[in-house]
Amino acid sequence: MNEAVRKISKDLWNGRDELEVLTFDIAGEMFALEAVIVQEILDLLPETVVPGAKAFVGCVINFRGKVIPLADIRLAFGMEATKPTIDSRIIVIAINIDGEPVLAGIRTDKVHEVTTLLRAAGEPPPSVGMRWRPDFIECLVKRGTEFIIVPNLNAIFAAEADRTGSSISHGSAQR
Amino acid sequence: MSFPDPIAVFRTEAAELLEQIEAGLLDLNVNLGDKDQIDAVFRGLHTLKGSGAMFGFEALAAFTHHCETAFDRVRKGEVPATQALVTAVLEAKDHMRALVETPAGDHEATSEALLANLRAAVDGAKSPGVHQAAAPAQTLFKIRFSLPQNAMANGTNPLPLLDELRELGECTIVADRSAIPSLDLLSPTDLHISWNVELLTSQPRSAIEDVFIFVMDDMRLEITVVEAVTAAAKSPEKPATPIQAAEPVAAEPAPVTVSAPRVPAPMTAAPAPTDAKANKASENVRVPAEKLDELMDRVGELVIAQSRLSQLAGGSGDLQLRAVSEDVERLSGELRDTMMVLRMVPVTQLFGRFRRLVHDLSHETGKMIELVTEGESTEVDKSVIERLADPLVHLVRNSCDHGLETPDERRAAGKPQAGRIMLSARQQAGEVIITIKDDGRGINRERVRAKAEASGLIQPNANLTDQELYQLIFQPGFSTAQQVTNLSGRGVGMDVVKRTIDALRGTINVISHPGEGSEISLAIPLTLAIIDGLLVRVGAGRYVIPLSAVEECLELSIEEDMRSRGRSFISLRDSLVPFLRLRDLFRTGTKPDPFQKVVVISTGSERVGLVVDQIIGDHQTVIKAMSKLHHDVATFSGATILGDGDVALILDVGHLVAEGQQQEAHLRAAG
Repeated sequence: MNEAVRKISKDLWNGRDELEVLTFDIAGEMFALEAVIVQEILDLLPETVVPGAKAFVGCVINFRGKVIPLADIRLAFGMEATKPTIDSRIIVIAINIDGEPVLAGIRTDKVHEVTTLLRAAGEPPPSVGMRWRPDFIECLVKRGTEFIIVPNLNAIFAAEADRTGSSISHGSAQR
Repeated sequence: MSFPDPIAVFRTEAAELLEQIEAGLLDLNVNLGDKDQIDAVFRGLHTLKGSGAMFGFEALAAFTHHCETAFDRVRKGEVPATQALVTAVLEAKDHMRALVETPAGDHEATSEALLANLRAAVDGAKSPGVHQAAAPAQTLFKIRFSLPQNAMANGTNPLPLLDELRELGECTIVADRSAIPSLDLLSPTDLHISWNVELLTSQPRSAIEDVFIFVMDDMRLEITVVEAVTAAAKSPEKPATPIQAAEPVAAEPAPVTVSAPRVPAPMTAAPAPTDAKANKASENVRVPAEKLDELMDRVGELVIAQSRLSQLAGGSGDLQLRAVSEDVERLSGELRDTMMVLRMVPVTQLFGRFRRLVHDLSHETGKMIELVTEGESTEVDKSVIERLADPLVHLVRNSCDHGLETPDERRAAGKPQAGRIMLSARQQAGEVIITIKDDGRGINRERVRAKAEASGLIQPNANLTDQELYQLIFQPGFSTAQQVTNLSGRGVGMDVVKRTIDALRGTINVISHPGEGSEISLAIPLTLAIIDGLLVRVGAGRYVIPLSAVEECLELSIEEDMRSRGRSFISLRDSLVPFLRLRDLFRTGTKPDPFQKVVVISTGSERVGLVVDQIIGDHQTVIKAMSKLHHDVATFSGATILGDGDVALILDVGHLVAEGQQQEAHLRAAG
């Protein structure tokens, strides 16, 4: 676990030419996450809404007796919400936030496989012609005719943590 | 499984030693002639020096050496123990702690200053009579020692031992190389040399033995008295006898050693105290707190799984299944109780720190203060103890600084000259009550009221009970002290107390009698891990309200609901209580239930009603912390997992009450 929660390095490849990743679909796009940070893949669980929390982490779930937030990275990419299907899964990942290991779930439409990405096939996100924030994308990797998006989770979680949500606690600023 | 970092182990050990040393010093301060305490302090210093050197804390070892030397002289009666000496060593002890924690830091200047202090204390203490006795009555010892062959492989370095011998007096060291084998048989890591030493020293034999204290177990050591050099110690010369024969050491400079007969005990007796301590330690197991937390989590999960099992078993007609389920229920309940006990530690640890604090404060303020503790064996959850330390420091400081009068004032008031602060702990119905009581001047009600009115905390001429008035001293920035001293008066401390106790879901109660003293009681739940909660439903979500904060539950009739739409107040026995509609607050977007309930919660004197759709019942709640990603959500203090596996959020009462009060203030301002 300690190894797993190590920070996703700024340079994802970290000198390596290949990367083990888990690929999955969100809203028709294929994403990939470094396999070592993935803890577990779960069927959908009952979700508990946290009133006042940011929409990005609006729910918590019971992951083996731990209460962990469920993150919705669709919101970071401005994608439409999709209805849960029989293929929907939650990927539990371990990331570092401010130096502390944090478990979080990510809601996905379908999980594919663990595969190897080649550094040679990777490209940095294009600076124009993309509707997503470039800093949320670590790189795009070409496979066949498609691109796999490797999201930059650190950037996404940091940005979403800064954004002020639909806070109900107007009095909280004084505390 | 990895081996623990030896440095970390040393740090833990050093912290314990330092605590022992401190306790010894403080006891000594009360009874300066206590021989046992002198020995205990000396032993502690000696062990600290030894293990410090072993783990590479050179600065610590060098510094501690001087304190040890000073105490050695006290031990031998060359110097009497004095208050000044105890204070100097206490200060030195704090410095040792710094040396343990940051060995790389720049400590030279402090070390020098403290040592100068220490020397002054020792020299000042020398009484003329003793002085004469301390004049060197020297003895010539012949020492022969050899270490086991594998000594160096085990990390013992003989050279520092020789250096220590040199420090004892004039000495000639000759290495005996006769046992070194020929080159082809020589193993470079083995030790083949033994040493013959002639030592002319004023120290007794025990000092020589102390040099070898850490290697004593496996080595061969012969100490022989060759000749007593001065007339002070006239003794027949002893033939060379191995020490195991337990020769009486009459050659010791007799006039200074009261306990001379103690010394000639067989060699094995010397390390005995260390052994005894080791045995005692082995009865306890040191476990990192996080492992306990992990175990606690598992037990919490088990309790949850068990409650699901009993739901299933209750629903089925299978008697055998029910029997098993009941067994599991009982076992998991017992397991939980045992687990709770494991986390409990006696408050002795916490109270122990205050002896030192009071000692220092008494010096700083020039007041005579006596600290009495009671109920030290009361056990509290370890994490609670840790968090209580800060608020208690503030309360004790406050008592010393504001509460107690100067000796002159006390005499004038007809009280004993020494002020008395009493720290006590006791258990009472799932809570632990910690009381700080002083016999000082008490809280000045008029001054508190004047100050509160001046700063706008209360309306002029507001009708307040004593309790309400005293609670005002816990407001941030509130201080009635006319001058800010080094100790207190900035109005920060009490605020810290209030916030910490709130966070622990505890309450503060203040009693004060002018001229007789005041008493502040902190009531704190025994554990942070499990609470009794009231499970309620708002919209589709379920939430837990800590039961300790719930005052009462009542129904909100439709008429009242309609009527109160504009103002959000209910009248409860002639007083207006503001309420919050949790449905609106949480934006559930659902229709209200026809029979809504109001749960009235309070913190101290402030009350707020929470409108919920349904009250489900009470619930043993295992508290889970919220993730870091939800730290901005102030409405909830944590989460828990219900019997069916769903997550329910725990409401933060303090925050909701503040919210309600604010709303009330808004309405007042508007209307």
